[in-house]
Amino acid sequence: MLSSKVTCNSHGQDSSYFLGWEEYEKNPYDEVKNPNGIIQMGLAENQLSFDLLESWLENNPQPAAFKDHNNQSIFKELALFQDYHGLPAFKNALVKFMSEIRGNTVSFDTNNLVLTAGATSANETLMFCLANPGDAFLIPTPYYPGFDRDLKWRTGAEIVPIHCSSLNGFRITKSALEEAYKQAEKQNLKVKGVLVTNPSNPLGTSLSLHELDLLVNFISSKNIHLISDEIYSGTVFSYPCFTSIMEVLKNRNLMNTEIAKRVHIVYSLSKDLGLPGFRIGAIYSNDELVVSAATKMSSFGLISSQTQHLLSEILSDKKFTKSYLLENRRRLKERHEMLVKGLQKTGIRCLQSNAGLFCWVDMRHLLSSNTFEGEMELWKKIVYEVGLNISPGSSCHCSEPGWFRVCFANMSEETLILAMQRVQSFVDCMAKKSMQSRHQQLLQRNSRRSKSLPKWVFELSFNQREITADER
Amino acid sequence: MEVGLNNTHKFLSKIATNDGHGENSPYFDGWKAYDTNPYHPETNPSGVIQMGLAENQLCFDLVHEWLLNHPEASVCTPQGGFDFKEIALFQDYHGLPEFRAAIANFMSRVRGSRVKFDPNRIVMSGGATGAHETLAFCLANRGEGFLVPTPYYPGFDRDLKWRTGVELIPVVCESSNNFKVTIEALEDAYEKAKESNIKVKGLLITNPSNPLGTFFDKETLKTLVRFINEKNIHLVCDEIYAGTVTNGSEFVSIAEILEEVPTICDHSLIHIVYSLSKDMGFPGFRVGIIYSYNDTVVNISRKMSSFGLVSTQTQHMIASMLSQNDFVDNFIQESRTRLAHRHDMFTRELAEVGIGSLESNAGLFFWMDLRRFLKEPTFESEMTFWRIIINEIKLNVSPGSSFHCNEPGWFRVCFANMDDATVMVAIERIKSFVLETRMLEIKTKALAKAKKQCWQNNLTLKLSSRRLEDIMSPHSPLNSPMLRAQN
Repeated sequence: MLSSKVTCNSHGQDSSYFLGWEEYEKNPYDEVKNPNGIIQMGLAENQLSFDLLESWLENNPQPAAFKDHNNQSIFKELALFQDYHGLPAFKNALVKFMSEIRGNTVSFDTNNLVLTAGATSANETLMFCLANPGDAFLIPTPYYPGFDRDLKWRTGAEIVPIHCSSLNGFRITKSALEEAYKQAEKQNLKVKGVLVTNPSNPLGTSLSLHELDLLVNFISSKNIHLISDEIYSGTVFSYPCFTSIMEVLKNRNLMNTEIAKRVHIVYSLSKDLGLPGFRIGAIYSNDELVVSAATKMSSFGLISSQTQHLLSEILSDKKFTKSYLLENRRRLKERHEMLVKGLQKTGIRCLQSNAGLFCWVDMRHLLSSNTFEGEMELWKKIVYEVGLNISPGSSCHCSEPGWFRVCFANMSEETLILAMQRVQSFVDCMAKKSMQSRHQQLLQRNSRRSKSLPKWVFELSFNQREITADER
Repeated sequence: MEVGLNNTHKFLSKIATNDGHGENSPYFDGWKAYDTNPYHPETNPSGVIQMGLAENQLCFDLVHEWLLNHPEASVCTPQGGFDFKEIALFQDYHGLPEFRAAIANFMSRVRGSRVKFDPNRIVMSGGATGAHETLAFCLANRGEGFLVPTPYYPGFDRDLKWRTGVELIPVVCESSNNFKVTIEALEDAYEKAKESNIKVKGLLITNPSNPLGTFFDKETLKTLVRFINEKNIHLVCDEIYAGTVTNGSEFVSIAEILEEVPTICDHSLIHIVYSLSKDMGFPGFRVGIIYSYNDTVVNISRKMSSFGLVSTQTQHMIASMLSQNDFVDNFIQESRTRLAHRHDMFTRELAEVGIGSLESNAGLFFWMDLRRFLKEPTFESEMTFWRIIINEIKLNVSPGSSFHCNEPGWFRVCFANMDDATVMVAIERIKSFVLETRMLEIKTKALAKAKKQCWQNNLTLKLSSRRLEDIMSPHSPLNSPMLRAQN
């Protein structure tokens, strides 16, 4: 009676990524009301710089009150404004902001910008424009779990993973790209493009110049598209600097070529400004056909004119945007360091990162077995026993078990410190248990002399004990 | 150039390169004419007056006054500021609870509080546009179809078909019975779909109707419900114009039918689309709603709403505004009164020159009967006349063909998207045109007579009667009183 889209689970909400959220919702941490509740570290939100926005709003009350610069009410004009080309003042301000984030190395044309209700809508819309049902996009793993829904659910497109490995810091390699392409061909899927998130979610790293060049070469040779989701571009807080795909095209003199027409950027203010509720997304494309089609499709998810007006005023204030970007980055860097150092103390390492609102944490050594079952077992312990909702790497399609995404910008400093303490206790506990269990095993072995185990097992368990002691 | 285009087309999807967006239809041509030459009383008094846009501009003063007295409605003012962070972060697709409660309350009051709506069934969407597409994704697979009575809103071709691959099968309604939906027409459409191997998944009605401006009476609604129940297909009721019913009439919502006769059908087949774009005049704020009696549809459409959530800044403001019953009741009442006044003014003035329309008591437009102005009862003649209306009378109205009307000569003319002064200008233009046309006809007849008399004298007369011939059929009785369509 209902469509197959309803009865399948391509919305992806049966995945553990969302189950963790559900557990958190049942038992959310609150400093006062529920100090033993689950701390939310699975939500990539930027809560660090609201004071800056709030102070701007206090000093500039007009836009939110539907007033223009002359204090005249423009309520009626805004209430009636449903032109899918978007509010010109907002688009002008947004392209300048995007340029500013990229150190003004590139400029953006408002005629190539399409406004959408969040990056969720932008990604789906681009898929509708570039892929027919059954066509595929290649995406490096690990990737944002929401892509399974955004890119595949209603579009009928497929995702083929480009497997990245911890051996080289999860960097994209030429062979991984080629391998993914071959895989798609084996499955009879026509590859229409590659989608990357830069900076990466969940890795928190920005793509290197080498990777960006690889991508441009790859899409050029295969005659396919490249979507660069640059939603975290404003969160790059340390070296290396962020390089947008647009900059690469410019530096390689490819700007007015067919290749440039197949490169599209997705952006949003949900992460950089911390405004996910306002649903502000955008597609930037050099292909006028894509712009034209995407603009028409944006009718299904336009940005509220009220919100466009407010943001046009905020982003036009160059003094504000400059200081905001600087201060925001500084706070993110500080918070990032806190998490990294806090985990380091417990013997847990993170992938070295320079961006994003999270760390990609290596907990392989805490797995009972080097399998995804082992990862799920560990994850459940972390959610239910430690009281932290973090995201298991499997939900991000990581090909190796044991990695977790841990967010750091969606809570107060105190809560982060508490989270670190909980991790410390957990690791201590695990180490103790591990020692006790080995001790038990040793005792059992000694008491069963007639059935003694081979010598090498004894030596191995002894060595493991030593490693555990060092990591603490 | 062509090769290049073909190449580009190859890189994009079929959806991106077909014209399923519907913007190549004449419905949009009029808009383009308006955009290039828009009327303005001071700067462009001979420009095109926009009468093709179904907007409700009559009650902004009420909203404006409310906003002045309620600065806390904005999260970004000092009074509302303490909510800013929570609201800005809130992206839960359930929507703010107070928003859902306010919408449910408003929907109820628009229907005279004759029914209640459950806030837990309220699902957000990117306007009614987003709501329709989402419902199509939920209820039908690619290649399956929905029955839609004609004439219907042109946007449905895009909203229901473009990215979903769903088909629309027209249920043909005729002027001979005032475009009412009959069981015969429904069965006929259903059979036609079967013959074309299209599985029918539902019936979509707009109630009150766009473009007719009429609403379904209770008995007809019940007939429709029984029909869909018997066929086990869905019923989607777009009630976006529910609040535009003029005073003295009471609109019957599908919700009322379910309440009055709960056993009339399987409730899980019933879905309502709503929006604040018409009743409140807020198309820019993109507040679309799906209200479904089907739990699975509520669940899944809510997940799909991620693709078009309402900005929480807007949710917050709407929640504040629509939870205030004094304001809401006064607004609804006043809006209906003003719409009725505008509607009556137009009807009266146009009747003076013998122009009539389908008798209506809802909507933001007339369904105007201009059949007698067509040279021939064909769609080509309709298009010709339409171009005259835009280019010479300088009014953008919407030709019936763009609404899939099966009879040429009907036009949708909007009346609520302009101020009183512009209304008078529009009326004057129409009246002038009709009178000019009448004068021209008289002149033509006189000249024709004179021409005949002078024929023997070899006098040649030049007459610019081309325009008249283009639009006038020999059978149009300009001098006889217009027979108004009975409802």
